[in-house]
Formats: sequence, structure tokens, C-alpha cells
Amino acid sequence: MLRTKSNAPRKAIRVGESSDPVDAPPPRGLTDIMPYIANTPEDQRAMLEAIGVASVEELFEAIPPELRLNGPLAIPPALSEMELTGRIASLAATKQRTTEAGCFLGGGSYDHFIPAVVDHVAARGEFYTSYTPYQAEASQGNLQAFFEYQTLITRLTGMDVSNASLYDGGSAATEAVLMAISATRRHGRVVTAASVHPEYRRILATYLANLETELVTVGTPDGTIDPDELKAALDEQTACVLLQQPNFFGCLEAAESLVQVTHDAGALAVVSVDPISLGLLKRPGDYEADIVVAEGQSLGSPMSFGGPYLGVMACREAFVRRMPGRITGETVDRRGKRCFVLTLQTREQHIRREKATSNICTNQGLFALRATVYLAALGPQGLRETAELCLRKARYAAQRIASEAPLQLAFDRPTFKEFVVRTTNNNVAPLLAAAGEQGFLAGVPLGRWYPELADCFLVTVTEKRTKGQIDALAECLQSRI
Amino acid sequence: MRNTRATKLLFELSQPGRRATRLPEPDVPVVPLAELLPRESLAADPPPLPELTEPELVRHFVNLSTQNMSVDTHFYPLGSCTMKYNPKRNERLAGLPGMVDVHPYQAASSVQGLLELLYELQQMLAEIGGLSAVSLQPAAGAHGELTALLVAAAYFRDTNQRRLKVLAPDSAHGTNPASAAMAGFDTVTVKSTPAGFVDMEDFVAKLDDSVAVFMITNPNTLGMFDRQIAEIASRAHDAGALIYLDGANMNAILGISRPGDFGADMMHFNPHKTFSGPHGGGGPGAGPIAVNETLAPYLPVPQIVRDGDQYRLDYDRPKTIGQVRSFFGNVGVLVRAYAYIRTHGPHGLRRVSENAVLNANYLLSKVKHIFAVPQGDRCMHEFVASAARLKAEHDASAMDVAKRLLDYGFHAPTVYFPPIVPEAMMIEPTETETKETLDAFAETLFRISEEPADLLHEAPHTTSISRPDEVRAARKPVLSWQGPA
Repeated sequence: MLRTKSNAPRKAIRVGESSDPVDAPPPRGLTDIMPYIANTPEDQRAMLEAIGVASVEELFEAIPPELRLNGPLAIPPALSEMELTGRIASLAATKQRTTEAGCFLGGGSYDHFIPAVVDHVAARGEFYTSYTPYQAEASQGNLQAFFEYQTLITRLTGMDVSNASLYDGGSAATEAVLMAISATRRHGRVVTAASVHPEYRRILATYLANLETELVTVGTPDGTIDPDELKAALDEQTACVLLQQPNFFGCLEAAESLVQVTHDAGALAVVSVDPISLGLLKRPGDYEADIVVAEGQSLGSPMSFGGPYLGVMACREAFVRRMPGRITGETVDRRGKRCFVLTLQTREQHIRREKATSNICTNQGLFALRATVYLAALGPQGLRETAELCLRKARYAAQRIASEAPLQLAFDRPTFKEFVVRTTNNNVAPLLAAAGEQGFLAGVPLGRWYPELADCFLVTVTEKRTKGQIDALAECLQSRI
Repeated sequence: MRNTRATKLLFELSQPGRRATRLPEPDVPVVPLAELLPRESLAADPPPLPELTEPELVRHFVNLSTQNMSVDTHFYPLGSCTMKYNPKRNERLAGLPGMVDVHPYQAASSVQGLLELLYELQQMLAEIGGLSAVSLQPAAGAHGELTALLVAAAYFRDTNQRRLKVLAPDSAHGTNPASAAMAGFDTVTVKSTPAGFVDMEDFVAKLDDSVAVFMITNPNTLGMFDRQIAEIASRAHDAGALIYLDGANMNAILGISRPGDFGADMMHFNPHKTFSGPHGGGGPGAGPIAVNETLAPYLPVPQIVRDGDQYRLDYDRPKTIGQVRSFFGNVGVLVRAYAYIRTHGPHGLRRVSENAVLNANYLLSKVKHIFAVPQGDRCMHEFVASAARLKAEHDASAMDVAKRLLDYGFHAPTVYFPPIVPEAMMIEPTETETKETLDAFAETLFRISEEPADLLHEAPHTTSISRPDEVRAARKPVLSWQGPA
């Protein structure tokens, strides 16, 4: 195995600013203008004296000299707040910010409107600079918000219980599958479909690589899962089926029949949903799903080049003790007053160690809070109207963009806010690049994940897109194809 | 001033017909819904969400926020969590439109600045860790552990080695064995000496050619640097095993010692701890991992690579384990870490660790007169005190002390961890606290140690609630509001 030599000369890191000196200025002592460190030279002297050592160096005696770094780290020198602001502002000069371009990109990360009240609440220092509520008395704000989040998620999905969130939609789907394997004690097989987000399936394959479970993927050449094909893929050792509604192509799956087929084989149905679609579509609880997961980014979080987001997870009551992640519960305090605590902790790693339901030890607290404020701000009518706007605008866009060759819809299926466009002259990359030059983030090419769809791209239309933008995109695409 | 009235739930505040948002009228032709979607796919009614106006929402959540302790408002010496100050410039910069209004599937050519930032962060983390390659993808420290173990498993599979065991000390974070189990390994626990170091005899006895990885936290969970680390690494390497460093305690050794230099083959960072990303009430964090050159080909995709002056996302890595999270990772947290590292530079990072260790040792020098500190007179960035004597002589536990601290305006230390110290109180002051705060905290601990046990048993007395019934919460779980929909 290759070893790094402790004190070998290290190459300085090249950074964008060409005028950067490679060597930092010499240190000016323990406190050389560190904006977040309070100890003055006088403080340090007093502290060292109280400890009974002559220098800070002595405090590091436990580290043998040969294991110490000889010289400064080869990283760029310190920046003042003004310099840092200039540097990051220049790096943040993203071309085609989604706010300016017409953003028709989706595929799991969506440009939905975020009410100002969400940002206002999430910017409260008492929320974002606190931590996991180990001391319930010092964390009732977070705990109540998580309890409200869990309640909102159960109402949104129609499920019995929700946890306090996981990392993101993709890893939540995998956690749900692992949960199903443990609940059914069937380790043989997990079935999913090509219409499930390809990154989610890749995460699942990565997690399953060292376990005995086989991952079977049902093809979806027509854009949705054929219940008979699903049935054929199930055996008596199948733990669960992971499906997505609406699916990655934006199409509606025959969710009720698929869940039925799954249950007939004694497996659990894990459904990944678009939370916004639940303003309109049947809730997974209505069609007997066992575990529901979702990417929660749509619920009031910015796209931020992929994260942070939050993974939503809800399930039937029977499985609650197999759930991963933090769960908040209601109880009373010693005076009988209602309050909230982290609960069912015997599932978790800090108590169960290798027998825990998962290694996850925190939730995405701040982003669960954002989702809570978002759902409360929209309310039932706001969520329904948002979903309806997405649906109507997406259908209008599909007609405008893909009604005749060389641009056509790839699948003849009902869709929600996304649809797949096929270019009959197989011109995806130059077409999207040309649209980009006209200021459109026009679509996600599918060839990277689906070689058979190399001539296709995915278009997403949220409530933020206007008829004017849709018309302009349609004209742009049709003139460039 | 805290509003003592504000404890109703959103659902109890709800009144039919109230609204906080108004959406635009459709600007496209309105077609009946039944023509757009099959009737059987539609719900009869929208989900039963609460109905409130915007002013009610703001008052509700702002009042809730005041029921939290936080770094912005309180000293928060929660051991192992590195609750340092969260710089406001980082919040502003991470919130720039060019950082947040960016779709993960935008063309790389449109996000060159952001890719440059992330690429530079990869390099800086590799340098700080003394390792060759970095993946920024994992979403949390525990996720980084799991990712690194999947990398190790792929490496052993690729080199036809059948190694099914992970060794971890009994003082390890619970995430270590839990991550090992998820990656398909069996965990074997290695004993610690009374001082909290690896019991070499036990380690050597358990080390054989079935061991894949030894997971070690150094400085360890007692806040001590295990100086046997070089020998541990050398023995592990001789047996063909890898060393994983749990980087939870990197705040003690920035610019002073590098895991790669003391034998680690792979490690994770906790940017939300070491590099000041706010903890967000439980997250988001991030868990970037660094590995040596041999393991680099197995890292998750995408990796950021530089071709000339252009940056791109590279998915074409044949030996990759695949992906552990959708899209790129917790970018917003990584931007804050970048801002933090660039604010400090090489000398500044060293100052961070020097002052973190100075503050911890200073606090230790005061606390040891009140509570026993079994590990002795020195520590790195944190230390573990024991309330065992208080428990024996005054019937007051570490939990009682923790709860009573809240009354005095201090967050509690981490209690009952690590499990190898009875009545443990794990105290991590961080470098961003003043000597005056540390003095006041120590004085308060002394005062509490003299208080009558009855007073402590019922503490806290000043918070909105006190001593929730956790047994009831677990026995009859109420996990969502049960009122009318």
C-alpha cells in the first residue's frame, strides 16, 4: 500500500487568483487576527499558567514529533471578509442562473417557488445554529417543528408515521429498501424498474453491492411498468418493489395495480413520490403503499446544484420500529405539560451499534423545517393550485414543443409536470446547447442513463414557468432542430 | 423575550379558509382536469394541511425558535459535536443566487465557478488530511464512513481478498459499527485501556488476514491523541488491512498533524463541525472522504476533474463504487467549508486547533477540581469528566448536572458518552469561546456540585418544559398530531 511521507515537500494548491502569493505571510502570534478566536495574548498567558505549562506547544506533546506536520499546510493564505466576498462572488457568477434562464430542468430537483416566509424562518439563528435535540428542554423549538413536520408528511402521503427526515430522496429510497428487507426477512431479491430515477437505482446498487440481495430491474420501453412484467420478476424471496410515481419520465404508473401485484407476491411496496403531485394525485396511503419516500427539495428548498436537500420517509405503523433516522414523539413533562422528545431510540446506532436499523444519526433538521413552513404556507388549497398549475403548464408545453416531427413525445402516457421529448433526427446535444445560447435550460438529456433514449430529453415545467417562456422555448427548439 | 403562550401546534391554530399564499391564475388554456389525468389517479380532496395566514405562521415559528438553545445565543459545549461559532459571512456567501439558483443538471460550462470552488475544496481537504483524493458526495459523517467502507470493500473485491471483518474500539462512535454492518462487514470490538487508548494486546490478537479495516477516532472520543497510532497503522498494513480515521475530532489537529501522515488510508471530515457549517438543528452536514492513491479509483462518481482551464464532472471511472447520494452532494455546506478554510489559511487553521486545545485544557484545569477527569491532566480539544462521585455521595447524576446547567444559561455537555466512563460528561468548548465564558461555566459547575440533590433531580426549573417522560414516549408512541384532519 502506498504511503504518504510525513514531511515530503508538498505541492502548493493552485487557486484561481493568479496574484496569490504561494507563501503565506509569517504568523503574528497565536491570535493573528482571527475573527472568531477571542483569546488575547494576556488571556493565553493566564490560561497557560492555570494549566501549568509554558507554551501551547506543550499541550501537543501527546503527538510524537515524527507524526507532526513540519511546516504550514500548502493551502492558500487567509482572506479578509472583503477579499473572500470578492472571491466567492466571482465564483458564483454562474451563467444561466435558474432565476434568469427559463429553467425547464427537473429529474428530481425542481424550480418551484419558495415563499419568503420560508427563508425568514430558516434564517433564525436559534434554528440553524442549534443541534440535534439531545436535551429536550433546550430544544422544544426544533422538536415541535419536527413533530409538525412528521404530521404534515403523514397527511401529505396518507401514511401512518413519518420520521424526522433523511439525507435526500435517493438515499431515502435505498434506506426504505433496506428496511423492507429487514421487515420481510427476505434477503434474496429487490425489484425496481427502469422508470425509477437512475441515480436512485445506482445508489441502491452501490449499497447492495456487498450484501447477498439481487437487484432486478424491470424494463419500461413504453414509459411505465407493465404489471404482468412486474409479476414475472417477483419471487418468494423478493423483499420489495421500488417504484416511482409519477415516474422519472413524468408518466403516471398504474400504481394501484402495481402495489396489488407486489402484495400478491408477499413483498412490500416502496413508492417514491413527487410531494407536489400529492396536491392532486391519490396519496400512496390510498393505494396501500407500505413505505413512501420522496425528495423533499420541492418543499421550499433551493436547488443549490444538488444539495442540501431532505429525504422524506413515511410508512405503515407496523414498520415504525424498523425505520432509520430520528423520530420525534409527543409526551408530557414532570408537570404534565405536553412536550416533544426524540423517541424510539433503541433503533439507533448510538444504542444498538451494529444492530441498529441504519447508521444514520441526524436528520436534515433545517431542511425539514423549511418543508414544514412551506407546507403550512401553502395549505391544502395552495398545494392543490400549485400542482394544477404544474400539470396545466406542462401539458401546454408538451403540445407546443412536441406535437409534430422532428420533436415528438416519447411515451403515450398521462404525465404530471415532466415529459420526454424524442428528436427524430437524433440531435439532442446540439439542440440543447443551442437552446442554452438562447437563455434556456431546456431539458435533461437521457442518453447518459438510457442508451436506448439517446435521442430523448426530459422537459420539466413548474408553476413558475410562464406561457411566454413556454412559447419562446417551443419556438427556439423548433427553429434549431 | 420568550413568549410563554406559544406552544400550540400548527394544526391547532388552523382555521378553514385562511391562507398564506396566493398563486397566479393559469396563463395557459384551462382544460377540465378529467381530460388531463385518468379519474382514478386523482384524489378526491387535497391533503389535510393546516390553514393559516402569513403573520400567524411567522409568529408561530419565531416563537418556537426562542425555545431552542443555539450557538448564536448560548455556550454549547456538546462534546464530539464541535459547536463552534457559525460565521455570518459564510451564510451570506453560500446564499448568493449563483450558488442556490443552480440546477444540478445544468451544463458544466455554465457552472465553472462553482466547480472550481468544489475542485479547490477537494484539494484543500486532501492537503489537510494528508491524503491523495477526495469525494465530496457523502451527506454526513456517518454517510462518509459508510462510503469509505464501500470503497474498501470494492478494493478488496477487486484485488481478490476476502476480508469480512471491521475492527473498532469500544470507545468508538456508534456510527462506526452501524456503518460497517451496512457495508456488509462484521464488527469486532477492540478493548480500550483505562486511559482510553487502544489495547494493543487485544488489537494484535484480533488482527488477522480476515480484517479489512480498523476504524479509529484519533484524537479519540476521550479527547486524547493515541500515540500508538503509527504502530497500529503499521501492524494493520502488515496484515493487509486498511486504517479508517473517523475525522470527528479534526478540530484538534488542523495543520498540526495529518491523518495520512500518521497512517490513515481513508478518513471523513465533518465540515459542519471542523469547518463551521451550522448544525441546523440536526443537519444538513456533509461527510467528504479522503483516501490514498490506491483507493482513489473506487471513489463515488461524479468526481470533479480539470482539463486545462475547464472543470467537468467525470462519471467515467470504471472502478467506482457508484453513487451514495443523488446529484453532487450537500453543496451548500461545502461552500461554507470553503469559505471557512479560505478565511483562515494555513496559519489560521493551525491557530484554530491551538486555541481549541488551549480552551479545552484550560477548562479541564478548572473542572478537574470539581469532577474527576479519569484521563488525567491533559487533553486535546475536549475532555470527559465523570460525575460518578457526585452520584455516589449526593445521588445526583451526570444527567442532573446537564439539566441544571440549562437553568444557568448553558447548554449541557454530551452525557453518558463514551460508555467506557461512568457518568460521563464530554465537554468540548471550541476555540470560539472566551476565557470569561469558560470561567463562568466552570464556576457554574462548581455551584451545581454544591446544590441539594432534590433541586438537581427536578432541574431544569426555568425552561418551558422539564424532564419529559421518555419512557411513555417510547412505550406508546405518538408520532403525529392525532386531532381531526
